[in-house]
Amino acid sequence: MSAVFWQFLQIILVVAISPLITGWVRLVKSRLNGRQGASATQPYRDIYRLLQKEAVVAHSASWVFRVAPYVTFGAVWLAASIVPAFTTNLFLAQAADLIALVALLGVARFWTALAGMDVGTSFGGLGASREMMIASLAEPAMLMVTFSLSLISGTTAPAQIIAFVLSGGVGIEVSLGLALAALVMVAIAENGRIPIDNPATHLELTMVHEAMVLEYSGRHLALMEGAAMVRLTLFMALIGGLFAPWGMAQPGGGEIAVLIGLGAFGAKCFILATALGLFESSIAKMRVFRYADFLGGALLLGLLATIFLYVSEAV
Amino acid sequence: MLIAAALSALLALAVLGVVAGAEMWRHRLVYFCCMIASLALLLSGVKHLGQTPGTGPAIVLPIGLPWMAAHFRLDNLSALFMVVVNLASAAASAYGIGYCSHLPEPRRVTPFYPLFLFGMNAVLIADDAFMFLVAWEFMSLASWLLVLADHKNAENRRAAFIYLVMACFGTFCLLTCFGLMAGGEGGYSFPAMRAARLEPVAGFLVVLMALLGAGSKAGLVPLHAWLPLAHPAAPSHVSALMSGVMTKVALYGLIRILFDLHAQVQWAWGAAIMVIGGITAVLGVLYAILQDDLKKLLAYSTVENIGVAVIGLGLAIAFKASGEKTLAALALVAGLYHMVNHSLFKTLWFLSAGAVITATGQRDLGKLGGLAKRMPWNGVAALVGAVAIAALPPLNGFVSEWLIFQSLFKGPSLPHWAMKFGVPVVGAMLALAAALAAACFVRAYGIVFLGRPRSREAAEAHQVPLTMRWTVAFLALLCVVLGAIPVTVTDALSHVVTPLTGVQFAVSADLGWPWLSPVSSTRGSYSGTVLVMTGVALCAITLMLVRAFGTTRLRRADAWDCGHQEDIPESQYTGQSFSQPLRRVFCSSLFSVRESVDMPEPGDNRPAELQVRVVDPVWVGLYANIGRVVDFFADLVNRIQFLTVRRYLLMMFTTLVFMLLVVAVRQSR
Repeated sequence: MSAVFWQFLQIILVVAISPLITGWVRLVKSRLNGRQGASATQPYRDIYRLLQKEAVVAHSASWVFRVAPYVTFGAVWLAASIVPAFTTNLFLAQAADLIALVALLGVARFWTALAGMDVGTSFGGLGASREMMIASLAEPAMLMVTFSLSLISGTTAPAQIIAFVLSGGVGIEVSLGLALAALVMVAIAENGRIPIDNPATHLELTMVHEAMVLEYSGRHLALMEGAAMVRLTLFMALIGGLFAPWGMAQPGGGEIAVLIGLGAFGAKCFILATALGLFESSIAKMRVFRYADFLGGALLLGLLATIFLYVSEAV
Repeated sequence: MLIAAALSALLALAVLGVVAGAEMWRHRLVYFCCMIASLALLLSGVKHLGQTPGTGPAIVLPIGLPWMAAHFRLDNLSALFMVVVNLASAAASAYGIGYCSHLPEPRRVTPFYPLFLFGMNAVLIADDAFMFLVAWEFMSLASWLLVLADHKNAENRRAAFIYLVMACFGTFCLLTCFGLMAGGEGGYSFPAMRAARLEPVAGFLVVLMALLGAGSKAGLVPLHAWLPLAHPAAPSHVSALMSGVMTKVALYGLIRILFDLHAQVQWAWGAAIMVIGGITAVLGVLYAILQDDLKKLLAYSTVENIGVAVIGLGLAIAFKASGEKTLAALALVAGLYHMVNHSLFKTLWFLSAGAVITATGQRDLGKLGGLAKRMPWNGVAALVGAVAIAALPPLNGFVSEWLIFQSLFKGPSLPHWAMKFGVPVVGAMLALAAALAAACFVRAYGIVFLGRPRSREAAEAHQVPLTMRWTVAFLALLCVVLGAIPVTVTDALSHVVTPLTGVQFAVSADLGWPWLSPVSSTRGSYSGTVLVMTGVALCAITLMLVRAFGTTRLRRADAWDCGHQEDIPESQYTGQSFSQPLRRVFCSSLFSVRESVDMPEPGDNRPAELQVRVVDPVWVGLYANIGRVVDFFADLVNRIQFLTVRRYLLMMFTTLVFMLLVVAVRQSR
């Protein structure tokens, strides 16, 4: 089968399983809280319900507010379709590398923040302002992770980094550990997870992502929520792919290899989603101005990951 | 021929501008002719962009210093910058046709505007140091007069004064630089300088002086102090050219000296320039985030973008000095690409700011808002510019930053330890600058164009004349095109880079047309073309899926705002409140930001006050001290002013004796 076919499969897969992963995280959290919890398939029903509802748009909103959900979802979807989930044999693998991936997530964030400011309410501005503050540290941290990975493997393309790791070109390195830690911290921030943000919050003053999408309803809200779910899947595929690429199919591997890849991807998502639920249940949310310490830490870890490469080389 | 005709036309237009008087149609005519002249120059630039190196047209005119004629030449580098300069000039001139009637005093602007264009173009084609410096000063003085256009405002007068001082300083440094390169024999033509071999000390000073001279015009930190004062003070179409283009002419000077005239620059200078670029980028964008004046914000954002481009130049020097010619070419292409991009989106934003000021009379972020609905053309164009300037795909700003990142990621391959450790730090700075630029332009666009109007003027904003809308739309279109077909641009740039780095180079060498694949395909590739097409397809599929599974009903209602329904636009986030988290995280120690709240006692009905104090570290730490030292010596020298004739004669006599002694000592050796 060709790269184009696997690309289509990947594009469909990331959207199809995202609600399930989010539902599973919610289920894990509610069980740990001692609640029965909704079934893991509940997010599918939620999205369908939202699609059926009419969209309410504020009088003061401009066209940006109505376009933003489509651009946000499209950008996140595009980003998710270039991260190899089960095979590196993807048509779009050459169209964008990790730098472009960071920037595509930036596009989604840019439009969401603008949409938050568009209606002209205080909460929208609050969310946008805080989101951009978080991003101003999380984005460089992710680029530094990219930098150290590119120094180790000689490339910024995720498919080729994975191929390099799978070919046994790299052993256990301090830098890899630091880069992994930084990437996990960035993933938590980018997905608005505890301790940075609480996706289930209803306290206005603690909201970040939810504050930006506060004015959305109906199909627009469905897209914004969908984008958040796909982003979570993306980061799971990214962390699982770059740091634990075992089972990933490679070009020329045949259909069996892809089947194994799909199984491995499912297992990785299951483990990471369960771990996320456990982590979120065991930690409290931070104050807003402690984000800077957390994410500044991530940035420094990313920088250390690159510098340690030379230190270990010199020793 | 075309160039000569266009340049003489610009000089003639300046005269026409003087006699234009109060008749508005004459001013319009001047701007229209300026646009035609710019387009002619643009065409000749495009024509010579891909020429074989060394075949550019050259001319020697019998003017200038008596013992040397004036040399002009259009080589590939000049042709590229001629395209950059005149693309923006054509847009700004077309904009001027509609804008000139909205200026308070068009007669103070129209005569100098063609002179400014003439000066910038003349710098690019000068082929000897004398003509270069004359044209450079022409450009500086013309723009200085334009900064003074609204001279009744005390702040503008101060800005013009500081600009003049810095321009003099810059030219002084360049003069020294060229003097050193010319050597004792005085070979002031560029070919003679290329052939000269300099002593190490002289070489060091040449690079230093070039950096100070061109850097002060380009706005490198800490020489940027004049830029955010002078650029906003000029009328908006001139601000656009000063920010978008004149800074590029300054970088042209830097590239001309460091890559062409004095091509043997040490790698350590490359590292230093790269670090200066990184610091400039981060500080520039942090300053920009703190600004409440729209035009000042844009001027500081220029400082940031110049820093980004200079990172590319510094890397190119370091690579070139270490023999990595292909990587040097890559870094130089990246830097040039960013300059081209910045000239487009910064011109676009300054012209949009001009439209906002025309429509509302306001440039304070706290008084604007909701303009995307009232000025739809400008709303869309400025959004495109914001996405481009925030370095987001698929627009042009991202492509150049991607290329700079790619060349940075190869920096540690150099054998020097300083580069191995320095490059990751500069990489972090560049990443920080890019992320903060996104925050800065979410703030700028969100506050100015989105939300609800924050003043009556903003609520009653009207559309601006057609020429002012078309030009921004055209620039926005160019931003999209340059982002969607990056390989076409890099191929054009490689013609410029080849003679400077001495290596045949194409960014798309590995994978062919739509793929940017520097050096080798396994090292990461990017294709704006494929990405745009896929992204548009995915957005369209999303739209179809939503249509298929959901409803298209839509209802307009009041904003929900968590139940806090009110109709007070003041409850929105302002520019100040938007930047507060960033201010606290990044600026509390760097800019010594202090916030103090003055809360009245219960029962007291005066309003509460929040005061934010920001200290500019460069101004207070550097310029204020320099000013103090200058004042001190000025006071000392001042005493000489009130001496008797006898004493003056005595001073002249002692000076003469001293000089003669010096000559005598030198001759006896």
